[in-house]
Amino acid sequence: MLGTILFYTFSVLTVGSAILTITRRNVVMSAVWLIASLLGVAGLFLLQGAEFLFVAQLILYIGGVVLLILIALMLVSAQQPTETKRFRKGWPLVLAVGLLLGGELIFVFTRAALPAATAAAQVSGANTESVADTLFAHYLAAFEVASVILLVAIIGAVVMGQRREEHQA
Amino acid sequence: MITPGPIHYLVVSALLLVTGTLGVLLRRNLIVILMSIELILNSVNINLVVFSHLHSQENGQAFALMVMAVAVSEAAVGLALLIALYRNRGTILADELDLLKW
Repeated sequence: MLGTILFYTFSVLTVGSAILTITRRNVVMSAVWLIASLLGVAGLFLLQGAEFLFVAQLILYIGGVVLLILIALMLVSAQQPTETKRFRKGWPLVLAVGLLLGGELIFVFTRAALPAATAAAQVSGANTESVADTLFAHYLAAFEVASVILLVAIIGAVVMGQRREEHQA
Repeated sequence: MITPGPIHYLVVSALLLVTGTLGVLLRRNLIVILMSIELILNSVNINLVVFSHLHSQENGQAFALMVMAVAVSEAAVGLALLIALYRNRGTILADELDLLKW
């Protein structure tokens, strides 16, 4: 019963905050609602027994990505004249197509015959332990490639972000 | 209230996906577009975790970790590009960046 209440709470938090994120006029308020939405997703992870991803979501997304967005916002948006129009031209058509897509997805999901749940083969230990076992036993190559991607992203961000004085005309 | 099964999580994920897609397509501010991309990647992660839980395997959670790593890289590079763009063009509104449009 508690799980049910928590599920609906986190779902409403996730989707409602996501809608507020894309509709706020003030970009800082969008970032704040993005935090609430990511918190809801973290709660859904916890309800599905993914404790490690719950903590990773809190630290990586809320501590890392949203903070980065807010810092970029300070560099860009302070000098920006206030946005008069939030949405692009022709937004009613886009909204209609988006709602059609949502309706279609929900229609398919509610009629889908999912395979029956598989019981756990053996009593596994803590979630963090089993995720680490899977990651390092089966996906070691992907793990290494992810570290290369992060390195490339660091170098790319530094190169893109630096000021080039000699090319100023 | 119905006890939530995997379908309920999938519906939440679909709603989050649609919200993120609408954010990418509708908004003019590039920072909000980046936030919407984060919402889309989160909806994918919900799906992966739900099926990982359904089948009592940790593979889906390992995939979700990979998605997170790529999402963080994307945010860092995207924001650096955005700052470079603002320095060169003086705007971050998507429909004013029409240099490549004919």
